[in-house]
Amino acid sequence: MATKFDAIVVGAGPSGNAAAYTLAKSGRKVLQIERGEYPGSKNVQGAILYSDALEKIIPDFREDAPLERHVIEQRLWVLDDESFIGSHYRSDGFNKPPYNRYTIIRAQFDKWFSQKVQDAGALLICETTVSDLLMDGDRVVGVQTDRLGGSVYADVVILADGVNSILARKAGFRPELRPGDVALAVKEIHFLPQEVLESRFNISGDAGVVIEMIGKITKGMMGTGFLYTNKESLTIGVGCLLSDFKKQKCSPNQLLEDMKAHPSIKPLMEGGEMKEYAAHLIPEGGYNAIPKIYGDGWLVVGDAGMFVNAVHREGSNLAMTSGRMAAETVVELTAAQKPFIAKNLALYRDKLDASFVMKDLKKYRNLPEIFHRNPHFLTTYPELLNKAAHTMLTVDGVDKKTKEKQIRNSFKQKRSLFGLMGDAYKMWRAFE
Amino acid sequence: MHIIVCIKQVPDSAQIRVHPVTNTIMRQGVPAIVNPYDLFSLEEALRLKDLHGGRVTAITMGPPQAEVALRKCISFGADDAILVTDRAFAGADTLATSYALASAISQIHKNHAVDMVFAGKQTIDGDTAQVGPGIAKRMNLQLLTYVAKIDSLDLTTRTIQVQRRAEGGVEVLTTRLPCLITMLEGTNEMRFATMDNMFRAAQYKIQTWDRAAAGIEDVTKIGLKGSPTVVSKVFAPQARTDRAEIIQAEGGEPRDLSLTLVAKLFTQHPKIGETIVRRAA
Amino acid sequence: MNAEKAAPRKSGRGKVELDERLKAYHGVWVFIEHERGSVHPVSWELLGEGRQLADKLGVSLCGVVLAAPGLRARHFCEEAFFHGADSCYLMEDPVLSSYRNQPFTKGLTDLVNAYQPEILLLGATTQGRDLAGSVATTLKTGLTADCTALNIDMENRSMAASRPTFGGSLLCTILTLNFRPQMATVRPRVMAMPDRDIARRGTIIEHPLGLIETDIVTKVLQYIADEQQDKPQLPFADIIVSGGRGLKNADNFQLVWDLALVLGAEVGASRPVVQAGWVELDRQVGQSGKTVRPKLYIAAGISGAVQHRVGMEGSDVIIAINTDPNAPIFDFATYGIVGNAMTVLPALTQAFQQQLATAKMAG
Repeated sequence: MATKFDAIVVGAGPSGNAAAYTLAKSGRKVLQIERGEYPGSKNVQGAILYSDALEKIIPDFREDAPLERHVIEQRLWVLDDESFIGSHYRSDGFNKPPYNRYTIIRAQFDKWFSQKVQDAGALLICETTVSDLLMDGDRVVGVQTDRLGGSVYADVVILADGVNSILARKAGFRPELRPGDVALAVKEIHFLPQEVLESRFNISGDAGVVIEMIGKITKGMMGTGFLYTNKESLTIGVGCLLSDFKKQKCSPNQLLEDMKAHPSIKPLMEGGEMKEYAAHLIPEGGYNAIPKIYGDGWLVVGDAGMFVNAVHREGSNLAMTSGRMAAETVVELTAAQKPFIAKNLALYRDKLDASFVMKDLKKYRNLPEIFHRNPHFLTTYPELLNKAAHTMLTVDGVDKKTKEKQIRNSFKQKRSLFGLMGDAYKMWRAFE
Repeated sequence: MHIIVCIKQVPDSAQIRVHPVTNTIMRQGVPAIVNPYDLFSLEEALRLKDLHGGRVTAITMGPPQAEVALRKCISFGADDAILVTDRAFAGADTLATSYALASAISQIHKNHAVDMVFAGKQTIDGDTAQVGPGIAKRMNLQLLTYVAKIDSLDLTTRTIQVQRRAEGGVEVLTTRLPCLITMLEGTNEMRFATMDNMFRAAQYKIQTWDRAAAGIEDVTKIGLKGSPTVVSKVFAPQARTDRAEIIQAEGGEPRDLSLTLVAKLFTQHPKIGETIVRRAA
Repeated sequence: MNAEKAAPRKSGRGKVELDERLKAYHGVWVFIEHERGSVHPVSWELLGEGRQLADKLGVSLCGVVLAAPGLRARHFCEEAFFHGADSCYLMEDPVLSSYRNQPFTKGLTDLVNAYQPEILLLGATTQGRDLAGSVATTLKTGLTADCTALNIDMENRSMAASRPTFGGSLLCTILTLNFRPQMATVRPRVMAMPDRDIARRGTIIEHPLGLIETDIVTKVLQYIADEQQDKPQLPFADIIVSGGRGLKNADNFQLVWDLALVLGAEVGASRPVVQAGWVELDRQVGQSGKTVRPKLYIAAGISGAVQHRVGMEGSDVIIAINTDPNAPIFDFATYGIVGNAMTVLPALTQAFQQQLATAKMAG
């Protein structure tokens, strides 16, 4: 078929939908191709929806988007084998609309988002895999699909085909995915009666709680765990660097089972019944792993561009923002009647650099490496901190000054004074 | 030649979950699919079209979202698709459904003569296998169910020869058009849609018929009113009050457990013991 | 959340006052299905079930035979009496020698209109399902398919038919309140085979068909038997050993065959195993497979979810082997071993061999 489109978006996840929606809304003729049976069938996320990112695309999304709970409380737990030390932040300010973050169920959300994309005028074809990019020299001119007669042409192709973007690799835009640059995460959804859930987490109405966890639950591997409240279910999951799983010969499922058995976590799951299970790869390499994200006739958005802030566990907002910015770049260039060559598409990079996307990724660019080389941050420190808390909080006749000395000594013993100073420096570097 | 293919959009029952506490059916996120049995019938109809020319029209009676299933049929190669949808159809059992579909097909026949109707052997959510025979009866079509193979179709003499599955073998039957056929599963493999057909499906304007457009005059024959059967209750299967006797043995090794179990079996259930001895001899 | 309440739903009708003309419908009928000279056993099973329904209602149980004229047709009626029927409606005609939808639909419908049964049961076989749908549509009455249980609601004097729904996760009860006859199909081996009492006698009521061959459009040219004669005969097996996903791979499934060999048993499987290609489709036991009622059913590495359960819970004795003590199968099995099928199956095989050796020496 000789149909030509203004733009082809490969993938109907958050970044692809953001791009397709923005393009269609501005009047561009867009074709979106998704390899799954329906949008979202191949997508997995915790999942948290960031209002700010979606508002900039669909300002009135709250009217009909399927949202579970708006987050009013965030907990950060540092776990030892039988305990945790953590911080909670709960604010009534988060309980006043418009809400800043929501927990969502991806199957429903993606369906909604995709409907918006189609209502805006984009043409969506599912169950079709884009196997290759069509090239004219170095310039991308279209895509080749796995169906008979499946070559389609466009002025620009936006690759939103996920963390394992075969297309980007095939076309040479990025190297083979390294196990050290991705995490493998698994999650389960457990159903609980609404009243039980609400009383257990001290919430009511549509308010929700998010718990992010680090520490011994990842058995020395670099990774985090999480627990989110949905309307009538809990999502619990854990993920670690793929390279760590391989080295440790550990299975993510076993990790999740052990995590669920932790004495602080088990009671939260009590009475729930597991009704859904999913696994996915998550980009973890950060700033240093970002591949080429634009070229003659093409742009890369979302997980395909490795746009995930591993520290704050933010991915979907970066995905949507990058998708929107890629689309805006196309729209602006079209209006200025400029061709989609690399020199002009560099505008996309400029937009990203000026935004929180690149700024945050840049900020944490050293963190993956530092944590990876210093596994004690995820084992020794959680132990020390937990034991310190235990020591201070146990009233046993020992005077407080002695207790403090015990704690200081425990730290020095495990890490040595030199090590402690080095750790402090590394932490600073990681977060600076 | 004009072939009608009746389809149904069903929840993918493999993914239906039952809420553990409230026992409600959780339909959220469960994808809806074209009833798998219908696809064998659709593919057969498309093959006949490939051989003899003509048109294939897909039709379904369902809620508005059933149009997604019709689009799927267009993507495989159906020429047209008609969604027969009306609030009055709600609660229809198979008798009411066959009435509605037969009316609609009769309407189609007025404008474009229908030679054959295909339907799925049964649905994965109802499993009754009744709508096909029902439509055939109402429209006076020769009924051929459980067809394993269509041997030949002669449009001049308007005869068709098929192999129909029976116990232990197949019967070779011949009959005259118009007829209604339900295909056995596994008799063919649905073709992989071409990109052209995918585009066509995405852009096709599904014809939507309400009961008037479907030529339905008697509303007492559709929906809940037209359904002789009613579901009086839905329930979870009863737990057999006696849980299994878990075999214990000293040491707990498979060997000990097995010996204990076999001994128990032969003493408590002598008839079964006899059967085993007899068969082993 | 889109959730449908699955709690008992009132039909909103309460006690239904049956139309006067429908009150005249009495009797429980079972269609006696036969093909190439023999009656399908499901017909006898339905007579067994029909007997209970008829007794509850205080009405008679009748078989219905449509066949070519001759001794065989009479013989079918006789057998119906042996299996519990009080009377048998017999329609003899040359055009009925082989099953065809058109004459059989006309014949059965005419009989129903003439003699007005309140309940009509057929086997859910290819023949039964082909016929039932056509008859129910002609009679404009309710038909419930693939029922797993039939009961009488004495308040309404109506039949309550239960069957799996929503892919087998739940069951539902269906009533045909204000239409007669109430029709239902039941799969083979779901109901128990009744005793055969050769002393029982009954009445034959003859009725003409009223069709000639030229009236009938469909012709049967020939019958081609399947080549493979030794197909698995699970529905009629006395002992079945079944394997499930817990066996992990096709190689381990051999352990199921080993035990089956020693016991002279048939081999069955759960759906995932069949879908994985470890065994052929004919061996699948469950809602979308075969229903079995063996004397002994051994389930190894099978969780016991409803879809499988409805296919085998009619077994006399069920032995379950599973590593998970909370597996649903232990809720309804007779005996259970909590352990790994990979080690338990060989141990069990050996234990049975020992037992047989002892029995042999003693016998």
